[in-house]
Amino acid sequence: MNPPAAPARRQLHPPPVPASPFPYHPGSLLSAEDLSVAAIRHILARATFLENQDPLVRDRTLAKRRVALLFYESSTRTRTSFELAAKGLGADTTLVSSLSSSIEKGETLKDTGLTLRALGAEAIILRHNSSGAPWLLEAETRLPVLNAGDGMHEHPTQALLDLRTILAHLRPAVGGVDAETLAGVTVTIAGDILHSRVARSNMRLLPRLGARVLVCGPKELLPEVAALAGPGIAIERDFDAALRQSQAVMMLRIQAERLAGLQLNLEEYKKGYQLTGQRLAEHAPTAIVMHPGPIIRGLELTAGVADGPQSVILEQVKNGVAIRMAVVERALTAIPGGHA
Amino acid sequence: MTAIAIRGGHLIDPGAGVDGLKDLLLKDGRVAEIAGPGKLKLANGARVLDAAGLVVAPGLVDIHVHLREPGQGYKETIATGTAAAAAGGFTSVAAMPNTIPVNDSAEITRWMQAPERGAAIRVFPIGAATRGSKGEALNDFAALKSAGAVAVTDDGHPILKDNIMRETLSAAARLGLTVIQHAEDTRLTVGASMNAGPMAFRLGLRGMPTDAESGLVERDIRLVTELRDARVHLHVAHTSTAAALAAVRQARRSGLRVTCEVAPHHFLLTEEHVGMYNTNAKMNPPLRSAADRNAMIESILDGVVDAIATDHAPHAIHEKEVEFEFAPNGITGLETALGLSLRWLHKEWKMPLGRVLSLLSAQPAALLNLKGRGTLTVGSYGDVVIFDPKAEWIFRARDTKSKARNTPFDGWTMLGKVRWTISEGRIAYSGE
Repeated sequence: MNPPAAPARRQLHPPPVPASPFPYHPGSLLSAEDLSVAAIRHILARATFLENQDPLVRDRTLAKRRVALLFYESSTRTRTSFELAAKGLGADTTLVSSLSSSIEKGETLKDTGLTLRALGAEAIILRHNSSGAPWLLEAETRLPVLNAGDGMHEHPTQALLDLRTILAHLRPAVGGVDAETLAGVTVTIAGDILHSRVARSNMRLLPRLGARVLVCGPKELLPEVAALAGPGIAIERDFDAALRQSQAVMMLRIQAERLAGLQLNLEEYKKGYQLTGQRLAEHAPTAIVMHPGPIIRGLELTAGVADGPQSVILEQVKNGVAIRMAVVERALTAIPGGHA
Repeated sequence: MTAIAIRGGHLIDPGAGVDGLKDLLLKDGRVAEIAGPGKLKLANGARVLDAAGLVVAPGLVDIHVHLREPGQGYKETIATGTAAAAAGGFTSVAAMPNTIPVNDSAEITRWMQAPERGAAIRVFPIGAATRGSKGEALNDFAALKSAGAVAVTDDGHPILKDNIMRETLSAAARLGLTVIQHAEDTRLTVGASMNAGPMAFRLGLRGMPTDAESGLVERDIRLVTELRDARVHLHVAHTSTAAALAAVRQARRSGLRVTCEVAPHHFLLTEEHVGMYNTNAKMNPPLRSAADRNAMIESILDGVVDAIATDHAPHAIHEKEVEFEFAPNGITGLETALGLSLRWLHKEWKMPLGRVLSLLSAQPAALLNLKGRGTLTVGSYGDVVIFDPKAEWIFRARDTKSKARNTPFDGWTMLGKVRWTISEGRIAYSGE
């Protein structure tokens, strides 16, 4: 007798995954993933326009409009540049930080958001230590929300200012960007990828314009699944090999506050992944060196590299104001139901 | 107590092998008579339910619910939770001990069953395996059992230590109690709020690896093997991974008494349903990959899975309206289990109706040795669900009988509308 045939593998048709309702508001910037190439082009163009505009004229762009900054984590660059950006457009800003507010007394994110809305806030810029918090805030307030960094998830305005920096150096002649603008460009992001929202936003944004992103780090800080985060991303564990292929290298800080008990041998780490003058000269003598800050001199990069001629770290900071002017303007001018 | 005659219905009693047009008489809380259509001798005053076109089946049995009392009545009470159960066609639920305080005593076990709780259907408490469910010292299983506990577990937490789990298995076996394990190696899930994998990386959330579940199931099976005691019964709660199912399947082949349940959300949804941080898609074990979800479906269809259990876990609205990482685990499930099982297992994946109903009644009742439940043979409890097997309807969370609305199935199409749920001969729910 013949053995019974194996039953045919059933064709399963499971329930579909519903489409995401986010972002609710076209002025919101929650994730770099939400940005079409057209939206990226628009933001970059507005950043340049607003940066070059006479401050006394620019001041009338959003005169007396109300923008709230809601910060659950400490921040120097992001907070200051968002504030300068909003003020530079003439908007009134108010800062609520988790310390010195009712958040300390247990007020929830939902209630804090609704309170800000009741006080007349027309957009909320949110920095939060928990991934996904901006989605909750947007769903509850239906206001335009700008994600100024959420947990380990995203920091889309950082990726936009990084893009602006990369374009200024590698594509100085380009006017409007398209899906091929960065074709042929390789950007290495090195260090603590796992805990980095800057990495995730750049991994989503840069391939949109044709760039190849190499992520580099030890497996504790860079799991294999990172390669599946989107198109145009590959893992290269050998830092020197990554440098040799790259026109831009973005160094990341080890996020001690998010290591959750993970033990790292820092000497080993530095041996493998610290960007030193020698390494840079040998493997990437013309690449630009980037860092979202805060930098820890002597850990992920040496002081010489941070201050050296290839470093564009302070240009990134400067670009932050221009980019944030563009996204704040977009937040307050996009029409719900319309397209931005 | 008024007798109830159910006439004209299609009786499906999978445990008894009945599948045809039969009339049913319930009297004194029990099944008094089963007869061919129109053949019942009706006593005076019997209430007659017209079940023409409807399925008449044993009341459903859910061996995994959280009713939140004592201690968290703001989430759910025994009264509201069992009202939801009755609306979902359930006549027996087994209540997990992770209450406040933890149900680790005969006193609390009895309190949960007291008439003052206002239960619409039968509640079978499950006792905590260890003191305070802390995994350190065993409770008095004999006392729990005599107070009515039908199994022991530390659900919500695993029994992690080898020696404690070994003692739990053998002490429970001596009393004929099932040990239900929440299989999660919590050393691997610190700070995690969803399944580990590409989706968790993309969302910037810490993930629970599948080995955290399967590793503990494998450890438990090893302990069962070593005990060499045929009375030992290990039941794996809310199985969510292909690897854990494979371990259960293998244990069964070796002749061990190892059983498992799967929740509707684990055979329907994947980690993709977390979407952009939907807290109503957050539970423990988490929604897994499509490969794991498909393994749940396959294992239900091929018979490895012993029961469908909801893991009904109600939470107050404000508790879920928070950042994803801060939201409590769990979703409700009592009112959607039948409708989803019929819509997907039966209609979509062609599982015979009797087998679906068996997974929701006869089999779970047998797992916890609930005598006279999950069947409608004469003399059994008068626990009956009567539903329209053809009716499609939309579940709306706002219409729930539960206090809670934390469900990912709001707006989903269900198949099979419950018309009556009868608990021990009394109508516990009556739909339109």
